[in-house]
Amino acid sequence: MNIIDKEKKLQILEKNINDLGDSESVSKLVEEVEKFKKNEMTKLSAWDKVLLARHPKRPKAKDFINYFSVDFIELHGDRLFSDDQSIIGGIGSIDGIVFTIIAQQKGSSVEENISRNFGMPHPEGYRKALRLMKQAEKFNRPILTLIDTPGAYPGLGAEERGQGFAIAENLKEMSRLTVPVIAVIIGEGGSGGALALGFANQVLMLENAIYSILSPEGYASIVWKDSSKAPTAAEQMKITAADLKDFEIIDEIIPEPFGGAHLNPEQTFEKAKKCIMDTYYHLSGLARIELQYQRNAKVRNFGFMQRFNYDNLKEVKK
Amino acid sequence: MNKIGETINKRKKLKHNIRLINEESKITQNMDLDIPEGLYDKCPQCGKLTNMKLNIENDYICKNCGYHFRMRAIDRIKYILDEDSFVEKGVGYITLNPLYIEDYESKISKYKKETSLDEAYIYGFGQIYGEPCIIGVMDSHFMMGSMGSVVGEKVTKTFEYAIYKKLPVIIFTASGGARMQEGIFSLMQMAKTSAAVAKHCSLGYLYVSVLTDPTTGGVTASFASLGDIILSEPNALIGFAGPRVIEQTINQKLPEGFQRSEFLQSKGFIDQVVNRKDLKKVLYQILHFHRRSS
Repeated sequence: MNIIDKEKKLQILEKNINDLGDSESVSKLVEEVEKFKKNEMTKLSAWDKVLLARHPKRPKAKDFINYFSVDFIELHGDRLFSDDQSIIGGIGSIDGIVFTIIAQQKGSSVEENISRNFGMPHPEGYRKALRLMKQAEKFNRPILTLIDTPGAYPGLGAEERGQGFAIAENLKEMSRLTVPVIAVIIGEGGSGGALALGFANQVLMLENAIYSILSPEGYASIVWKDSSKAPTAAEQMKITAADLKDFEIIDEIIPEPFGGAHLNPEQTFEKAKKCIMDTYYHLSGLARIELQYQRNAKVRNFGFMQRFNYDNLKEVKK
Repeated sequence: MNKIGETINKRKKLKHNIRLINEESKITQNMDLDIPEGLYDKCPQCGKLTNMKLNIENDYICKNCGYHFRMRAIDRIKYILDEDSFVEKGVGYITLNPLYIEDYESKISKYKKETSLDEAYIYGFGQIYGEPCIIGVMDSHFMMGSMGSVVGEKVTKTFEYAIYKKLPVIIFTASGGARMQEGIFSLMQMAKTSAAVAKHCSLGYLYVSVLTDPTTGGVTASFASLGDIILSEPNALIGFAGPRVIEQTINQKLPEGFQRSEFLQSKGFIDQVVNRKDLKKVLYQILHFHRRSS
């Protein structure tokens, strides 16, 4: 029984209580519901988090931006080819500080999803992001990126226009930026498509978001030749916020309300905003060159390996 | 076991002696593949049985159709660099198993035995017709040349060493992408290597990347496509997503020659497609043009 089924069950239970009105059995039912909430809904497996991160009702990047900044101005296009709908970029103020905001947007309805390409950007999307980042660099403006994508789009046009080249260029230029860059993973962080906006001074992550090298389905179909084993894969791949915090890949976990962000969006937005502003004030104390150094030094330490130490060997020989 | 089976087995047992001199090692002698006269292999392009010994003497190019066979890293170094000029750096990294995946370690040790390499990438100092450079080569025979923590670290070290030595970098890429078995750590190597390229670039040094068959995934989306000059071998597969993934996504067959190096050159992403026979000369010319007087 995964989290989506549990959510449906909870809805039915709560509906039952409402229908019953105030008969004697209500208090018993309420107790049962509380018990169910406490025991079943709080323990989430990795696969539950995948389902929550992909939940159709989960707040999208645009909802976050609308809450954060009322004066957001959207800037379109990469000035080279076209305007990619799956990446939103623009300028807006959050608590009086002007940010360049770049976000990956999934649609909330079928029509919007199609026009947004299900949040999978083409190269022109990444080039638009890069253009806006360079603009932010020019005006010494902090950058906030919101990440929510299954991955960069694998299609004919994307390959023709150099998907790999666009992502690589983003990574290279982001390492040279001298303004604060804050990345927030709000839903799915899929592979290189997410990293192309995620090379930041501080990476924040919502509690039920995921960040992975490829989808659990893809992993399962490669390892076990069976994509239905995705739940096991999700467990093995260590893609949840808590695991990544352990690995020191991300810096901060933003807590979500009970049952996921979609049950109480306002609270999620408020907590995310507070966390972003705290991080910003922390980073704004650094000089421009220090910001660049901090970003690179952080990434330099990523990796899980050992090196054979020849000095030790010499001592043993002596 | 029949005779062909024996010879193939023999071929797998590569003979080369690597002498360790502290951290540096010099690859000197006996790096030849032990291939007997009579071994025939099927060419993947024209499908004809061809004499491998003759093909190898012909710079790993099919005598019949001009197909460029995939080269091992050590052969590549031997082929591109001047004799005895290569000094390997960054030896002794040990690949670990961060996600505790069963049989990942045994797979790694199997590939180590088969290829006589520590990992899918080697780098060091070398000379091309006397021009010094730092050279890095990926080997697609080691787990499809996939980039895990060790490969990412060694690529980063390549650029750091080049900055220290004030030398240009040449990297031959051949990789299926980021290594899935190391999960998020592999993904982070993309950022790490790109940052290293950016540092090297900002100091005004030259970086030439040579894309060979196949270069896809996380390697394409990081250091492979960041060269000041990007060369490629003919008919090499180069792209971000693999052809099978694209076919599944768009539900139709890909056109002939899609994602091949000539295609990318026509789309404007590769500076030049260079035949393997001219590669050393072209690289020498590029290094010569960028030589610093001081």
